[in-house]
Amino acid sequence: MTPLLEVDRCTVQFGGLKAVAEMNLSIRQGELVGLIGPNGAGKTTAFNLITGVYQPTEGDIRFEGRSVVGRRPYQITARGIARTFQNIRLFASLTVFDNVRAACNMHLRHGISHALWRGVAFTREEREVEEMAEELLAIFHLDHLRDVECTGLPYGDQRRLEIVRALATRPKLLLLDEPAAGMNPTEKVELMRLIQFTQEKFKLAVLLVEHDMRVVMSICERIAVLDYGVKIAEGTPEEIRNDRRVIEAYLGE
Amino acid sequence: MHRPKTWLLLFVLLIAACAQVQDKINPYYFDILITIGINIVLGVSLNLVNGYTGQFSLGHAGFMAVGAYAAAAASIGITFTYFDAPSANAILAYLADPDQMLFFIVRPLAWLIHFGIWAFLAIMNAILFIHNEVVSHLQLLPRIPQFVGALCYGGGIAALAGFAVGVPSLRLKGDYLAIVTLGFGEIIRVVIQNTEAVGGSRGLSIPSRETGLFGTYLAVALTVYVVVLLVHSTYGRGFLTVRDDEIAAEAMGINTTKYKVIAFVVAAFFAGVAGGLYAHFKQFIHPEGFGFLRSVDIVVIVILGGMGNTPGVILAAILLTILPEGLRALAGWDVLPMSVREIVQNRMILYSLLLIGLMLTRPQGLFSGGGKITKWLKGRASA
Amino acid sequence: MTEFLQQLINGLSLGSIYALIALGYTMVYGVLKFINFAHGDVYMVGAFAGYYLAPWVWKVIPQGKDATAFSWSTSAGAFAVLLLSMALCAALGILIEKLVYKPLRSRPRLTVLITAIGVSIFLENFGQYLFGADPKSFPEILPDRAIEGLGDLTVMVNQAVVLVVTLILLVVLRFIVMKTKMGTAMRALSFNPTAASLMGVNNDVIISFTFGLGSALAAAAGILNAINYPSIDPLMGILPGIKAFVAAVLGGIGNLGGAVLGGIILGVLETLVVGYVSPMYRDAIAFAVLILILLFKPNGLLGRAEKEKV
Repeated sequence: MTPLLEVDRCTVQFGGLKAVAEMNLSIRQGELVGLIGPNGAGKTTAFNLITGVYQPTEGDIRFEGRSVVGRRPYQITARGIARTFQNIRLFASLTVFDNVRAACNMHLRHGISHALWRGVAFTREEREVEEMAEELLAIFHLDHLRDVECTGLPYGDQRRLEIVRALATRPKLLLLDEPAAGMNPTEKVELMRLIQFTQEKFKLAVLLVEHDMRVVMSICERIAVLDYGVKIAEGTPEEIRNDRRVIEAYLGE
Repeated sequence: MHRPKTWLLLFVLLIAACAQVQDKINPYYFDILITIGINIVLGVSLNLVNGYTGQFSLGHAGFMAVGAYAAAAASIGITFTYFDAPSANAILAYLADPDQMLFFIVRPLAWLIHFGIWAFLAIMNAILFIHNEVVSHLQLLPRIPQFVGALCYGGGIAALAGFAVGVPSLRLKGDYLAIVTLGFGEIIRVVIQNTEAVGGSRGLSIPSRETGLFGTYLAVALTVYVVVLLVHSTYGRGFLTVRDDEIAAEAMGINTTKYKVIAFVVAAFFAGVAGGLYAHFKQFIHPEGFGFLRSVDIVVIVILGGMGNTPGVILAAILLTILPEGLRALAGWDVLPMSVREIVQNRMILYSLLLIGLMLTRPQGLFSGGGKITKWLKGRASA
Repeated sequence: MTEFLQQLINGLSLGSIYALIALGYTMVYGVLKFINFAHGDVYMVGAFAGYYLAPWVWKVIPQGKDATAFSWSTSAGAFAVLLLSMALCAALGILIEKLVYKPLRSRPRLTVLITAIGVSIFLENFGQYLFGADPKSFPEILPDRAIEGLGDLTVMVNQAVVLVVTLILLVVLRFIVMKTKMGTAMRALSFNPTAASLMGVNNDVIISFTFGLGSALAAAAGILNAINYPSIDPLMGILPGIKAFVAAVLGGIGNLGGAVLGGIILGVLETLVVGYVSPMYRDAIAFAVLILILLFKPNGLLGRAEKEKV
């Protein structure tokens, strides 16, 4: 079976620095894969590569068998890849509800003329969007906050909102960049449960970047480890836990 | 708001009723009302680009100029003579002249340049053909349809200009976009200045004063309707996301370039309509009147009203139209010393101080920030 | 061929003026990351400062009777006018920065840009109010004659002075930027303001210094230009300001060498086009260059691309 996502010997070079060097990674449908490594290892760069923010200087990236290199980010999202950001990037002037609704735009059938005419088709589609957004927010326990300005939310809620927003694009692959950052242990447990729940419910593959090892080890089926832009290990949590190179990378020699 | 089409219809009926008595209004106040209307159209349309989409355009007056001149040409019936063989040959002969500097570059590429010039002239002629056809057909219409047609034509050409300027420029950000739009605005002005058929630097006279209260405020109603309804829809939310965070917007599947260009083109259309209204009101247009300072005027209206705050921008347009008149009255006030009166008379000094003061104290605009009217409208405007 | 050389010299002369103004734009952009729209008007103020200062300077340094003599008193007088004007405009630049730009330092760049537009319009219109809108004739602080012994080439004393003074100013500027503490602090600020202040740099002082320096150079440009083209008016800064800005962008905004390069290129290009194609396109050249550069190489000839961190 063709993997959902294939990163094929990708290199990204900024000036003299190879942020990511000859990276190979493949993710199958429905898999929950973790991506870990010390700070500056290139994890977010890998995300940016996959979502089209950066173009690889060498190599290819294929989603569902077709290359995504050279496509603009919104086109890649349309193919079915969604993401969250390491530094939260919500739409600051919009409410919680509108942040989620904004992500529904790519699936809209109506355009300018409908927005101006406001006929039956328009009202029906707006209703559909509202319902979907409400449903998503309810799953993540954010529905009671729907009309709050998103900048007023506590940090943990903002992170959850970003995930809800990404889910509104109906992806097949979800990239989560440090979703548990800044959360207390109870919140983290809840988040882990939610990630697994959404994965099953929406039949998603998930690529997770995280620093909290407990989170990573407990929910990921497979883990890849990056160090200085190079993948130094890949395997099950058990294998990674005992891998000498990984221990060296984190603790130094 | 619920049933926006009903509100629009009611408003149109209202202004139709008011227009019946427009001859009874004092001409001075009539002029101010028309100017207010034109400024509202300009401000609200620019607000779509600068306020809602977060792109800083400093060349809006250029689109107003395009609309003014296109509408005027359609009204008066100005047609253009086509580029023909002699002019093409003249260009080619000039380039083939061994005395002039470009010769050494030109010679080896002669056939390519030949083709290029013919192709360019052919395209120009096609454009001119469309213009001439539209204009000659419009001339056959009775007065009011002709005026409406001229305005739509002005808006349409301005929209095309908006597209032509927007597509290459909108990939730039912030300061750079501002400067490039400023540059294009100036280029449009210079091109008009060198086009003799529309009067060039001598200006253009429009014989009939078609612009009335109904026409102007119908345009106001349509502009506000389009901008507000467009933005307050799920589709239109895309504009706001482009303003807030382009990278996140793209990541959520929003084609940011498309939204920017659409905002630009729609705004240019209405600027063109405003230009057409202006041309048939003042009855004399001149390229100097559509320069950088005019663009700054419109930008000030948007900033004063609050970027992304349509009711605020409408109020600001009214305020900034009335203000010079008020200042003029103040300048006649004998109580004040002469030097103060002179400064007051110099509108631009006060304007610039207003701008600076506004930026220092209240950059979000005079009328924005949790205003009750805005919240109410926001609540009603979402479908 | 002499014609071409002549045009080249004219172009270099014009380009020097653009370069001096462009340096001010680029220094301020490097340090504050915004385009000081009002910079072109400081150029105008410089010229007017010279206009009003010259009679006073001539009272102190009496000029000789012979108008064509290039004597010590003439050059001393001209030099004094130049320096005083530069100092005055440096003060003006620092004043504007402290009053208007400093309070806005943490605000979005667009807010500051609009404010700068406001300052520019204010200077132009207040200048019209103060000096009167009619053009004035800049006093002849240097004799108006050609240098002898160059054959067919006509190089006016004024043009030579422009080139020489520009060169001197550039050398001094390079020294300041590369070898002095202030200059190093300026460069540090342009890379990373936070780090710079953590390293003990007083950002406010350096920013004021940068503004002062840039304004002084603009004033110099104003005087040097007025020596060659004596007609001055309050709106004279608009076009040169825009063109110098284009020059700065052409060279790569934030890059000092780029500003000089851009200025020279633009000056030469403008002179050649006016001389060989048509004088009608004089102002359009700058806009055409601007649009081409921003569309094809927005970072300019010598600039580096800055990638946004995602």
